[in-house]
Formats: sequence, structure tokens, C-alpha cells
Amino acid sequence: MSNSKEELAIETVGLVKHFGENRAVDGVDLSVKKGTIYGVLGPNGAGKTTTIRMLTTLLKADAGKAKVLGFDVSKDADQVRQRISLTGQFASLDEDLSGMENMVMIGRLLGFTRKEAKQRGQELLTAFDLQDAAKRQVKNYSGGMRRRLDIAASIIVSPEILFLDEPTTGLDPRSRNQVWDIIRLLVDAGTTVLLTTQYLDEADQLADRIAVIDHGKVIAEGTSSELKASVGSGKLHVRVLDPEARDDAAQILKGALEVDVQLGSDPLVITAQVSDHKHVARALTDLASANITITDFSLGQPSLDEVFLTLTGKPVEDQVKEAEGNV
Amino acid sequence: MSQNLNQTEALKQALSNRSRPKKASPLSTCATFSGRMLLKIKYVPEQLFDVTAFPVIYLLMFTYLFGGAIAGSTSAYLQFVLPGILVLTVVMITMYTGIELNNDIKKGIFDRFRTLPIWNPSVLVGALIVDVVRYLMASTIMLILGYLLGFRADGGILGIILGLAILLFFSFSISWIWTTLSLIMRSEKSLMAASMMILFPTTFVSNVFVAPETMPNWLAAFVKVNPISLLVDAVRGFMEGTPDYHALLWVCVVSVLLIAIFGPLTMFLYKRK
Repeated sequence: MSNSKEELAIETVGLVKHFGENRAVDGVDLSVKKGTIYGVLGPNGAGKTTTIRMLTTLLKADAGKAKVLGFDVSKDADQVRQRISLTGQFASLDEDLSGMENMVMIGRLLGFTRKEAKQRGQELLTAFDLQDAAKRQVKNYSGGMRRRLDIAASIIVSPEILFLDEPTTGLDPRSRNQVWDIIRLLVDAGTTVLLTTQYLDEADQLADRIAVIDHGKVIAEGTSSELKASVGSGKLHVRVLDPEARDDAAQILKGALEVDVQLGSDPLVITAQVSDHKHVARALTDLASANITITDFSLGQPSLDEVFLTLTGKPVEDQVKEAEGNV
Repeated sequence: MSQNLNQTEALKQALSNRSRPKKASPLSTCATFSGRMLLKIKYVPEQLFDVTAFPVIYLLMFTYLFGGAIAGSTSAYLQFVLPGILVLTVVMITMYTGIELNNDIKKGIFDRFRTLPIWNPSVLVGALIVDVVRYLMASTIMLILGYLLGFRADGGILGIILGLAILLFFSFSISWIWTTLSLIMRSEKSLMAASMMILFPTTFVSNVFVAPETMPNWLAAFVKVNPISLLVDAVRGFMEGTPDYHALLWVCVVSVLLIAIFGPLTMFLYKRK
């Protein structure tokens, strides 16, 4: 028992934070193992950032306990700060300074001499493909460059835990992939990562375990496959060539997939929530043997929307509106 | 592709470097934060406008506007008013410390500063040290201009240095009021209004422009205990070669009290923000 405790990087019990009437975080329990990537998934206003701010000593919890690497975040804040790094949702950089000046400043604050800080800055800027922009002011960086510099600044001294608040929100696909690669290499090198995201895809790609959070509460927790199993494998989208054949096709799909199918407003389209990938292959052969020609056949990953629909019975948009209404 | 491979190698190399330096000392972190403010001046030198233009405008304006009426001649008035205007200008400029912080603290970098294992006040102390340098710059410009216009300090260089020292110490202390306010006020406008409300009466209702003996009794009573008047007395005393130790003592007491009250208050608000 004590052994498993030591392996926990982060442990929270009943963490609560409210701002006036709004219970931003409402009893969150998390346990994150060392050396893993933990994803906190939820829509805007779910309490992700507030949770991270409490874990990184920026906010005091109103109730509950939070331990980071065995240290209480409020009592041993300084011990926690020596072991963690935060990459905030909005770049935690000085926009007025250049990339290198940011690196040297933060390196100096961490205790490096000016020379060491410069060396380390150079090393990291090169590794993050920012050496050409080293002398430019950060305010002139693109979103992806800013993100990379932000992460580089967070690992000047390799932290035991890195907190990343929505590390890829607003990035183009190429920059997003770069950030993902960096996160994976960080974990390989021994750092524990806790990241928040609005994208199921991102949590799926990176996280060993995921907590789905909504209205300040954890509403589901598990590995990505466990979560997906609870929402089905995704949505099948079929487009037939002949609108006359749609009803027949719908019957076949219903039989093969063993689920209800929906007929879209487009007279050629059929959609279905798939519970098991294996059935999809069968559906395709059944359609072919019935001589129904299809022009499009795709199986999408379940979206965050679908996860939320299944877990809460409400789509994300309603949740966001509700959350905004509460403020 | 090989480019990518090199990148990955460089990344792995950088990540494998897990050296951990000794914790930075408060002195070193203050110096780093001072360096940060100096770099900002390097990128936007216009922000020195207040410490270069204000002293010139204020000195010329008040000397030539009031000189003839108050002292009979501008040159006689300059001799009396320069230490006072010096105090007025520098104390007015301290207000910008708060405005700068109010803007600065909204930026994401402060989240990082607050999660670093450093002596927390150093971010503010470092910035204030640079501000003291700015105040010194304003003072120097005004003294040089004053000298060109005919001002002579009977206290000599030493008198000027001592006068400046007490002025800068008081300005550093009063800056903590603005840092406190800047953490309470939500907008730059309200902060400006609040600072002005404190600064205008305390700097003008003082002995900067005229001797309190010429005022009605009730006003003179206030002017005499106004810390700004005491500061002006102290600075004037040093520059004229007749040090006013009574005023000096009180200025020191007020300065220490300001730091003792508003320093911790600022830090309390800063941590909570």
C-alpha cells in the first residue's frame, strides 16, 4: 500500500474551489502515477484551469487536499515549486523580450549563472527549432513558436511534473504534432505530465489515463479505450448513390451493426452510432452483396461531443452555454 | 526527414541534461528582475519620456509662471523652489510604477514567476530598483537644467547627494502604496484617479511653492505635518547647507512605516491574485 502511494505524482481528494456562487471545482479526486501522461478532458468552464492553478500553488483550495510528489500544495508550496513547471493557457512568457532573453531570465531565476543560462537557452532553443527566432521579440512569434518556447522555458531545469494547460488549443495541425512529439519525449525522459484539453483526440493520442471533468466534477475516469468503450467506437457515415436504395441500405446496416440507424435530412445519407468496429466490416460486405452502391463510407472517432452526450445526456454546446449563464 | 531526425536527437540531448542548479539567492533574483525592466526600456525607450520631459516642463513652467509674482524675480524664486519642484516631480513620477505593474501583472509571465521557487517579493523589489534609477535620472536632468538657469546649491556636491539620497529613499517607500493600489484597482483609469487623488493635494498643499507662513493658520498647520513638506525641508536643508535633522528624522520614520505597511500588504495581494 505504502509502495503504491510513493508512485503517485499527484493525489487530490475532494478538491473544492468556488468563486462566489459558482463552484468552479466541486470535489475533484485525482491520482496520477509517476512517469505517465494524465489527461484532464472537458469543455470550457469545466474547472480544468482552476484545478491546475490549485495544483501549481497559484490558487488556494477552499476544501479538500492536494498532494504533489508527496508535498501538500498549500503547506509546502515552496517544495512543490522546486519540482514542477507550469505552461499556462496563455503564454507564460514576457512578450516584450526576445526568446533568448526569456530563456536567460528564467534560467537565472532558477539559479543558473548567466553563462550557464545562456548555454542551456541555446541548447533548448536549438532543440525546439527556435534558434533563428532567438533574437526576436516573443510578441512577433507565431502561435506554434510561442507554445514551443513556453514549453522550452518550462524545462530549463527538468521538472518532475510538467503541467500543461491546453497545450495545443489554437495551433495548426503541424505545430500540434510538434508539441505532441515534445510531450512524448519529455515523458520518455522521466517527467510526469498532466495536461488539460478540450479534444478527445488529443487525450486519446497522448494520455495514459483520462479524467473527464464537467461542472467541476470528474464524471468519468479511465484509459482512453475504457472511455471509448463507454461511448461506442464512433459514428458511421454512409452515402448511397441512389436515394431509392437508402431504406434497404438502412435495414441492412441495422442488421449488421446491431444498433439503430438515423436517416439524415440529405436523402442519400445514413448515420449510425457504432458499438464495435468488427461489425463495420460485416456491414460493408452485406451492402456489397445486396448490390447497393455507396459513394462514401467513413467511420469517425467519437468526438468530445459524443462522449459528453453519452456521459451527461447533453451536448457540449449546451454545457458551455449553461456554464456561461452561471457566471 | 534527416532534418527531423536531427531535431529529435537535439531534443533528446536537451532533455537528458537534467542538471539542477542551487536555488537563486534573493539578491540575484532581484537583479534578474531589474534586468528585465532594463530590457523593456531597451525595446521601448519612449517610456523614459516621463523622467526626461516632466522635469524640464515642470521646472520651466513653475519658475517662470510664479517666480515674478511670488519672489519678485525668477532667479530668486528658482533658488527657493528648485528643491521643492524636484520633490514634486519625482514623487509624481512614482505613480507610474503602479501603472506599469497594473499592466504587467495581467500578463501570463506572472503565473510563471509565481510558480518559481524564488523569494516572492523580488519581482517587485527588482522593478522598484530600476524605478529608483529612473527617479535619479529625472533628478539629474532637473538639477542640470536648474544649474544652467542659475541655481546654486550652497550645500555643495555633498549636499546635493544627501538631498537626492533622502528623496530617492522616500520615493522608493511611497512606491509601495502604488504597488498595493495597482493590485486592488482593476483598471488603469481607476488606478490613475486614485493615485492622483492622493498625490495632488499632498504635493501641492505643501511648502513646495510658498512658505507656510503666508497661509491661513488651519492650512499652515496641515502643511507643516504633511510628509511632503518635511521631505522638502530635508532636501532644501541639505542643498542649502543647513541640514534640517528634525525633518530628516521624520521623513525616515514615515518611509520605514510606509514600507512596513504597504510592502507586506502588496505581497499579500500579489500572492492572492
